[in-house]
Amino acid sequence: MNLTLQKTNGCTVLFIKEERIDAHNSAELKGTILRLIEQGQINIIVQLEQVRFIDSSGLGALLSGHKNAAAKSGKLVITNLQQQVLSMFELTRLNRIFEIYADLNEAFDNET
Amino acid sequence: MCNSVIQVEVIIPTQTKYLDLIGSIGEHIAKELDDYSGDREALAYHLNLVLTEATVNAIKHANFGNPKDTVRVSIHIHENELNIKVYDHGQGFDLESVPLPDFEHPQEGGMGIFFIRTLMDSVTYTRQGDCNVLEIIKYLS
Repeated sequence: MNLTLQKTNGCTVLFIKEERIDAHNSAELKGTILRLIEQGQINIIVQLEQVRFIDSSGLGALLSGHKNAAAKSGKLVITNLQQQVLSMFELTRLNRIFEIYADLNEAFDNET
Repeated sequence: MCNSVIQVEVIIPTQTKYLDLIGSIGEHIAKELDDYSGDREALAYHLNLVLTEATVNAIKHANFGNPKDTVRVSIHIHENELNIKVYDHGQGFDLESVPLPDFEHPQEGGMGIFFIRTLMDSVTYTRQGDCNVLEIIKYLS
């Protein structure tokens, strides 16, 4: 999976550089997030601006990260959702579980 | 594209790298439908998602003892009925026993069938000869 990491304001920002998160690459995303948390990077912002498609396994990978960050008293939040991707969070009610921000500035304002 | 009859048949190896291909076919079909009056962008996403989830399901239930196992996907539009059939050669599963997701305590798995049931009009999973067939119907009017 194509992604980049950036540390800003005490958070780790994970930029997903893929148009599609599905069962082909979601395990890699899940593993990347878990490794960050194991390394102590427990405050994670996942920036999904380029993602135009997510399936159930992609949502599951983000949910896994959310749970594991919370278990270490950290937080995983998401930003820059395209409308159709947001609608998948709404359909599964995951918009009630995740903190979702319009962009990174809004996330930093609320999380730091 | 005329909606009266469209028939697409794709056979892929049981590998997840082909999910994008299968999903994209559904997305393109939605965008080319002549007479669809609903939200075309939403339909395109939903067909991409449903085809992706159904194909993952078939790969998951495939016969991994056979490295040459394949998944066959058939998409058929006749008048206003869109019919998707996904064939696998595995042991099968009981569709009716798949529970709704627990929205208050969400789990990582189990959302795929929920998406298919929620976004489409009819879903069945039956044994036909040496295959299992997940049949999905969406009414386009």
